[in-house]
Amino acid sequence: MFSEWKFTAKDIAKKPDLFTSGHRACAGCAPATVLRLVMKAVRGPTIATNVTGCMEVVSTIYPYTSWAVPWVHTAFENAGANASGIEAAIKILKKKGRIKQGQIDVIAFAGDGGTYDIGIQALSGAVERGHDFLYVLYDNEAYMNTGIQRSGGTPHGASTTTSPAGAVIPGKLEYKKPIADIMVAHEMPYVATASPYYWRDLITKARKGIEVNGPAFLHAFAPCPRGWRSDPSKSIELSRLAVETCIFPLWEAVNGEYQLSAPSKVIALRPDREKPVKEYLQMQGRFRHLFTPKFEKVTEQIQRITDERWQRLLKKCGMSTTA
Amino acid sequence: MESVVKQKVLALNGDEAVAYAAKQSDVDVVAAYPVTPQTIIVEKFSEYVANGEVETEFVCVESEHSAMTACLTASATGARTFTATAAPGLALMHEMLFVASGCRAPVVMAVANRALSAPINIHGDHSDTMAERDSGWIQIYAENSQEAYDSVVQAFRIAENMEVLLPVIVGLDGFTLSHTLENVHGLPDGVVRKFVGNRQFPLVTSHEGKAVPFKLDTEKPITIGPLALQNYYFEFKRQQEDGMTNALKIIRQVHKEYAQISGRQYGDGLLEPYNLEDAEIAVICLGSTAGTVKTVVNDLRAEGVKAGLLRIRTFRPLPVEGIIKALQNVKAVAVMDRSMSFGGHGGPVFHEVRHVLYDVSEHPYVVNYIYGLGGRDTGPSQIREIYEDLQRILQTQRVEKPVQYVGLRE
Repeated sequence: MFSEWKFTAKDIAKKPDLFTSGHRACAGCAPATVLRLVMKAVRGPTIATNVTGCMEVVSTIYPYTSWAVPWVHTAFENAGANASGIEAAIKILKKKGRIKQGQIDVIAFAGDGGTYDIGIQALSGAVERGHDFLYVLYDNEAYMNTGIQRSGGTPHGASTTTSPAGAVIPGKLEYKKPIADIMVAHEMPYVATASPYYWRDLITKARKGIEVNGPAFLHAFAPCPRGWRSDPSKSIELSRLAVETCIFPLWEAVNGEYQLSAPSKVIALRPDREKPVKEYLQMQGRFRHLFTPKFEKVTEQIQRITDERWQRLLKKCGMSTTA
Repeated sequence: MESVVKQKVLALNGDEAVAYAAKQSDVDVVAAYPVTPQTIIVEKFSEYVANGEVETEFVCVESEHSAMTACLTASATGARTFTATAAPGLALMHEMLFVASGCRAPVVMAVANRALSAPINIHGDHSDTMAERDSGWIQIYAENSQEAYDSVVQAFRIAENMEVLLPVIVGLDGFTLSHTLENVHGLPDGVVRKFVGNRQFPLVTSHEGKAVPFKLDTEKPITIGPLALQNYYFEFKRQQEDGMTNALKIIRQVHKEYAQISGRQYGDGLLEPYNLEDAEIAVICLGSTAGTVKTVVNDLRAEGVKAGLLRIRTFRPLPVEGIIKALQNVKAVAVMDRSMSFGGHGGPVFHEVRHVLYDVSEHPYVVNYIYGLGGRDTGPSQIREIYEDLQRILQTQRVEKPVQYVGLRE
């Protein structure tokens, strides 16, 4: 199913960037890191598509572009349909001899708003139809491009401009939608979660998603210093802490079979290595209000939900639920 | 000059005629979603796919928004693309229609014209396409199923013409055309294939300063659909307008070339005048109603009334010069609108015809008749009354009601 592609850090450094520098992302923008890493995983001719969002607006301000591959943007809610059209065209034009290249891969990029919320229909449809493409969700947990509005991917307790922490409401009341599990429920061949701190894991998973026949879904965690009110120099550290606190565990599901990836497996085997969510939360201004006496229970609730979700994941991965 | 080719007479309804035209036009990708009264088009096309009669990738999408998106990105990848829809589906596509024309994607779409909800109604009127008249799409309205067939074949040549490079809507009246069996003369497959040819791509300057074909080509990468801000957006829009202007010429050329092989023509492809040379009073309309108007004109002519008809076949781009010229001897004009522009003092076709005639020093009386909404039938006697109103206006030199409704309980 997958090739035995092996790479060293040097190989990756030498491989030309297909998402190039010069874009206008903010300092500490992890989504830009995710895109750069994913584009390091390509195996040959590739067409990329991006829906409306931070990564689209920072990378293609006419007449400039950061894309060294053919790239198209059409709208916000349609990453799945963008990829469907490209893939269908490649298929038939190859059959008719009008495209000469052998394999051409298709990668669709969308943020959390474009995936959890407005784009879920087009994504679900494209996956149901079985188009051969990799969908990359760069999840910075709110509509950052329009000024930090809550999405279905925003975590419980986070203050955003449409779920502000007020005198009586402690930020977002709802919980983060389990989007990657929803994608596994589509019975698609490959679903994985990744974090840019574990760059090797992320590149490997992106490559698997490209190689697999049929749709693949990569859920990449992507801190946003502007929206998270975090130190721009801490984005990669937050990417690590999210995994270490089990807020964002790393796993993959090949043909529906869940398995933990190494960084999370370590924690499953040695639960004492799991860090408390507070360590992660306190680094971010969007959770600042949770550290006041009025809302301190919310932090406990976040810990509880994180534990529950982690235990459920362990079960799916066939791991014993150690105390 | 090519001579008229021998053609098969097929018994087809409008939807089947459209699907047949798409089948013959070497379409690479069809992405579509079923909606009444267009459904027969996608059903018929799926049959062609299932029977291996077409070399087409059929993407049976989960919504019209995705249908238009997939057509657009397939088109950007270099494919010839086709889809079909009707009122609610077209409305759902609204956002993507502007993106398709803005990306200069030559998508061809048949619209089985239908009323917009609410109240929900599946029958024919023009409210769906009229709501999209500013979306940057060329709009051609067919009078009968034969013309729907002919127009779809022509549409690929028009859309893909490098001086145009704009998407095209071919409208056919819901049920009146979409579901009514007619004799349709079909050109041989090879003739249509040769007529539509292979898609050509204009050269554009890439970000690396190279001249490259305008498509997603992995050997010559370009960025399509970028962010263009205050400093460039306006120029993009102005170029679209040039495409529309060029389309006036290209539609006529393609129509003429097609007439030579098919033996069929509809005026000059933009406008079809009927008994207009010496007419004093005239009706202007779009689509299948023109057939009824023509029979009324024949009756009136037999009675010695100088009545005529101007059918607008191409509504976008609006043939401004042609309309002025066609109406130069007419003294009173009734514009028939099969949609409403609420609060806008008459329907959209009325607005545009009146606006065109403002530049004429001695313009005719121009009045508006809104008719046939939600599929309500408009018969010869009602059209005769419109002509009688025009005669009265000329006798009294007075317009009592500039906007009226046909066959409506009030």
